[in-house]
Amino acid sequence: MSEQIFHDSESDRAFRPSWLASRLVIYAVLLLWAVICLFPIYWTITTSFKAAPDVMQGNMVPWVDYTPKWLGMRSLGLSPETIFTESTVREEFLKRFWNSTVVAVSSSLLALFLGSCAAYGLSRFDYRFGFMRNSDLSFFFLSQLILPPVVLALPFLVLYKELALLDTRIGLILLYTLTVLPIVIWIMRDQFGSIPTELEEAALVDGLSVWGAFLTIIVPIALPGMVAAFILSLVLTWNEYFFAALLTSTNAKTLPVMVASQTGSQGISWWSMAALSSAAILPLIVIGILLERFIIKGMAAGAVK
Amino acid sequence: MSSTEGNQLHVVTADNISDSRRLFGRSLIWGSAALLGLVIVLQLLDQRGGAALGFETWRPTLYAYLLWASCLCWGQVILYGEHGKRSLFILPAALFVISMVVFPLIFALGIAFSNWNLSSPDGRQFNGLDNVRQMWGDPFYWNALRNMVWYVLAIVVEYAIAFGLALLLNAQIRARKFFRVAFLLPLMLSPVAVSWMIGKSMLEIRFGPIARLARELGWDSPSFFGSPEMARAMIMIMDAWTFIPFMMIMILAGLQAIPRELREAAEVDGASAWRRFWEITFPLMLPVSVTAILIRIIFKLKLADIIINVTSGGPGGATDSVTSFIFREYRDRSNVGYGTLLAIVYLVLIVIAMTILMKLADRWMKPRY
Repeated sequence: MSEQIFHDSESDRAFRPSWLASRLVIYAVLLLWAVICLFPIYWTITTSFKAAPDVMQGNMVPWVDYTPKWLGMRSLGLSPETIFTESTVREEFLKRFWNSTVVAVSSSLLALFLGSCAAYGLSRFDYRFGFMRNSDLSFFFLSQLILPPVVLALPFLVLYKELALLDTRIGLILLYTLTVLPIVIWIMRDQFGSIPTELEEAALVDGLSVWGAFLTIIVPIALPGMVAAFILSLVLTWNEYFFAALLTSTNAKTLPVMVASQTGSQGISWWSMAALSSAAILPLIVIGILLERFIIKGMAAGAVK
Repeated sequence: MSSTEGNQLHVVTADNISDSRRLFGRSLIWGSAALLGLVIVLQLLDQRGGAALGFETWRPTLYAYLLWASCLCWGQVILYGEHGKRSLFILPAALFVISMVVFPLIFALGIAFSNWNLSSPDGRQFNGLDNVRQMWGDPFYWNALRNMVWYVLAIVVEYAIAFGLALLLNAQIRARKFFRVAFLLPLMLSPVAVSWMIGKSMLEIRFGPIARLARELGWDSPSFFGSPEMARAMIMIMDAWTFIPFMMIMILAGLQAIPRELREAAEVDGASAWRRFWEITFPLMLPVSVTAILIRIIFKLKLADIIINVTSGGPGGATDSVTSFIFREYRDRSNVGYGTLLAIVYLVLIVIAMTILMKLADRWMKPRY
């Protein structure tokens, strides 16, 4: 055998282990953070199947440390043996869940409609209302984002009392629409800005009206952006607590308010709180896993022009 | 720059609007406005007790307002034809925001200078600057404002973590999608649920897993909400946990927009990873970073849900944010007037601070070469 003439230089041979080490560090950090993100969710969902001794002993893994029981679900009236019987807790829970759904979906839809129209107008036409030009109008809409909810909360409490809108879903829907409208306008302005105007010009030449072109040509193209804006609004409105806590009492109470009111009186019945919390977070977790693409797209819209 | 953004779609339309049509449009708008005015006057009279018309609520005014708003929109089309149809895009949103923000804000100014206890039968009483004087001497409000400064400063750490995570996600890794979804999930969770999940159960002193872990690590009697500093730090951590994904995704989007060539060129030139980051990636990311931080500050200033549900301001007001403080102020004393004044002062402070910050950010982001 002839002797090897060409050797890797010292620095090249050192490269491989350091590359491996950096890989290891990267994956270790990623995994650590994934655990930090997922463990509370895992903890909540598993705790809803634990009995008191399991909680006290700190059992973590179902079927290994402890046998899961339907305690949490039973406290909501949703476990297999209680689901077909009468249950006031379930009635209550379903009512709150339904309230949350109605309020979140309709306010997001309303915000999407108002916001898309406004964003389209701002990206296409020149407006002049008094001294307000396009940039002023954009600023007017977006500046609503700064407004902290607490400034509006007490005046609305009084106003809604006068208007008999306190403790109604409509009242909440209107307020929630207001809070997410700037975000929708922000995302949609970006979306419409990236669609070339030649499309509408062609449509207009072909005899469509401005609104016809908007509805039949532009909206279908901007649909992914609209889904992104819709989901972001849904996340914010589903989780909203502050207004709901102040403005609702019996009829229109939403799920977060129910969760919060149970927290105080929990004692040690962790399973029922855990079941309730899981119910409050699960819909959005499912949405997050399925539609992650749209959420990221929506949030990235503001970041990169 | 943005003033040229509009005016993209040029449409020339020949609109022949006859005089009778114009008259119809004008009378529609002014007629409904007159109706609205009439209803308001009648309701005011009714409330003052001048005439017993039997209005129970202000709903009629609301309906009259809605009618006027729709007539205004319809009137635009009648009066200005094609141009009116264009303002129809923006008019509903503008009317909505004005009626939901501007009007209540003016109303709030009125409430702020009065003593109005919703549970007492006296109703509203104008009390001039009494509320301001009370605020001046209210140590808890100033304490809450000071806490807000701390909470906002915590964003620096959140930003560093978010940037690090975004860099990792942007690296050549496997299972990128899994990590992205996992990192995103905390953002989807309701703060109220988070305050139970983490604040009340995981941080529970006897059985919570984190307390257990702390004991394993040698901290004999862990207490997370005992001392003011610790409690504040815990609130910061919980809030950071939910919102780090938000900044991370914005920064990730920015990172993906950086052209590869820049990185490759620097690599060829022999720059170390450390210098590549500080001299290429970080400067290029400045605009995105500033946007992300500004939005994050805006969201941070609304922080309340977690505080209300985990510590309700304790111990001794150490974790109070302005919002949670006003919330409790209202819950305990149901004094709408004083609470509104505090909120309005807070709004003024925010607007001043944000304007200064945006100006600074603007100057800072301008190229310096």
